[in-house]
Amino acid sequence: MADTFSLSLKELAKRNKGLASGHRACAGCPFPAVVRMTLSASDFPVVVANATGCMEVTTSIFPYAAWPVPWIHSAFENAAATISGVEAAYKALVRKGEIPEQKKIKFIAFGGDGGTYDIGLQALSGAAERGHNFLYILYDNEGYMNTGIQRSSSTPYGASTTTSPAGKVVPGKMQHKKPIVDIMAAHGIPYVAQASVSHWNDYVKKVRKALSIEGPTFIAVYSPCVPGWGYPENKSIEMAKLAVETGFWPLYEVEYGFYKINYRPRNPLPIEEFLKSQTRFAHLLKKPEVVEGIREFIKERWDFLEFMATRKESRGLEENV
Amino acid sequence: MTEKERTKMALTGNEAFAYAMKQINPDVVAAYPITPATEIVQIFAKYVSDGEVDTEFVAVESEHSAMSACIGASASGARVITGTSSQGLALMHEMLYIASALRLPIVLAEVNRALSAPINIHCDHSDTMGSRDAGWIQIYCENANEGYHTLIQAVRIAETVNLPVMATLDGFIISHEMEVVESLDTQEVREFIGKRKPLYSVLDVEKPIMVGPLDLTDYYFEHKRQQIEAMKKSKAVIKEVIEEYNTKFGFDFPVFIETYRMEDAEYAILAMSSAAGTMKEAVDIRRSIGEKVGLVRLKVFRPFPFELLTEVFKNVKAIGVMDRSDSVNSMGGPVFNEVRSSLYELETRPRIMNFVFGLGGRDFPMEDALHIIDRVKELKDGKKLDFVEYVGVRE
Ligand SMILES: Cc1ncc(C[n+]2csc(CCOP(=O)(O)OP(=O)(O)O)c2C)c(N)n1
Repeated sequence: MADTFSLSLKELAKRNKGLASGHRACAGCPFPAVVRMTLSASDFPVVVANATGCMEVTTSIFPYAAWPVPWIHSAFENAAATISGVEAAYKALVRKGEIPEQKKIKFIAFGGDGGTYDIGLQALSGAAERGHNFLYILYDNEGYMNTGIQRSSSTPYGASTTTSPAGKVVPGKMQHKKPIVDIMAAHGIPYVAQASVSHWNDYVKKVRKALSIEGPTFIAVYSPCVPGWGYPENKSIEMAKLAVETGFWPLYEVEYGFYKINYRPRNPLPIEEFLKSQTRFAHLLKKPEVVEGIREFIKERWDFLEFMATRKESRGLEENV
Repeated sequence: MTEKERTKMALTGNEAFAYAMKQINPDVVAAYPITPATEIVQIFAKYVSDGEVDTEFVAVESEHSAMSACIGASASGARVITGTSSQGLALMHEMLYIASALRLPIVLAEVNRALSAPINIHCDHSDTMGSRDAGWIQIYCENANEGYHTLIQAVRIAETVNLPVMATLDGFIISHEMEVVESLDTQEVREFIGKRKPLYSVLDVEKPIMVGPLDLTDYYFEHKRQQIEAMKKSKAVIKEVIEEYNTKFGFDFPVFIETYRMEDAEYAILAMSSAAGTMKEAVDIRRSIGEKVGLVRLKVFRPFPFELLTEVFKNVKAIGVMDRSDSVNSMGGPVFNEVRSSLYELETRPRIMNFVFGLGGRDFPMEDALHIIDRVKELKDGKKLDFVEYVGVRE
């Protein structure tokens, strides 16, 4: 299955560039794997900007440093603006001969769903519109986990969080996830994709594709949360896989406006398989109408994606499928 | 002192700021428009479009992102300038603290404007006074000429102490008034500021560093302490840079404070920015009828030059401190409270009161300036007066 952007597992393991051990992410948290795959996937040196959130907090506790690459954190809502400045400085310093032109550097921003869908959306939209050369990676754990599991606009319908608690009257969060990937695609940027930490090959390919492009790119990678979702700590990858296999989190990409679905589960699992494995949905066992709402949401998402994918042509970024 | 004939240009305050930026030719400018500072961004954007600078101009979508991008760029070793005013500075507030604590030498051309609500586009100092504890060096300029030169000096000061600097001009009163600016040649500017030599850069991929990590109870205080120390030490640097500038280019810009007819003054006024110009004239008028009144113009508000104020006021009997903003704390404005606190150690214990004036751009006419002098005279003569007086407002 050789194609332009794939990287063999052997090569990936050889590169093995990730967070140093000793970082403070929870046992079983999958975002260290996201970081490892991302940094190992890049053929170029990278500079990382990180939004405030679990990833930032657990990897940077002074005087320890878990990142093997230059890294900057300034605040919660501005990873995209911060990386804009880094990238602008790079351009200026290359133009002025301070950095040799052949020295290619790639710029990556990481943000959680709070830092991306919500408080950071404006800065992200602005940076995408301005066309900075950067890859924004959203690690989506569907809540503000760092501050103790509050709802975000990524939290699924029906999920119980500390600010959308399932109660006697209200059965958890009453809004569906915001379609962030489509919102980013609507910016007309060259490349956006949705991936999952469970599908390493697909994710690595997407990162490499994004990094091959000059211009703003965006990847949302599904990254389950042990304490936030309530499942055993050895099951993160399984949770991510279930989200894909139930159709809740489709793997797709949008290249210059053209949608492509990367994976269609042949026999999609019932959404209940996903829901019943996590305590955040436990209350839904007695709420079939909410489960029905999630099922409808999945169907609508897929109808939309299938419709968008009927526009067949693509502009470049060739690869075999 | 060189005897060089300086180029005289007729510029508004905004044009003066923008022209200094052109001569500085920063690596990155990230900025967002807001009245009355908009022109700075506009003029600079034109320089970029016409190829008169080779700056990377980032036309961000907000001031929060402007300061965030400045932070990213400055941490990358770039020389960075931005400009803003009022609501823009307020929106940057969170990032101002981060810029200074990360020890990034960003320079900000600020145009003083009132803060909403009610929304108002005219001059007062509530915007920069609201950021007075954000860890930025703050230099309040009297006129366009001083603004121009201060912005150039600010680059050197910032990059020597690794602290950000804002230079301010009064909105409309100075930002939009045409004045004579005695400019330097671009070559002189470039030589004076030299190249930025950053200690670290996130673009140094061979030597990765982490900027802005989480600092808990075990280190935060030490890092803050260092920042506080840097601000303290910046006093020597500010003095050195401005004095070197004066000697090199034949000027006599005051460093922290400017004193006007203070030699034998029995009472004094302290003012900042453009109001000091009006106040100088008022002092002349009262001097002409024998009043022993003087003026101190406070130019550098951060770091606060309390030693100089203690010294300059030690022989006066009464002081009137002018504030173009109010702390809304029932005891006057920020300048008043800090000046008053500086005098605590004085055995002579001059009497002191506060005049809050000019909020939201309310005109500050000569009659008000004279009124303030006359009030302080009454204070000197022992009359009991209100602690804070609001000048020029209908009550
Ligand atoms: C302006 C601002 N508001 C609120 C916070 C508090 N805060 C820090 S992290 C966080 C939530 C982060 O959530 P997310 O982006 O989803 O990342 P996660 O922690 O889940 O990885 C919040 C609310 C902050 N640091 N700054």
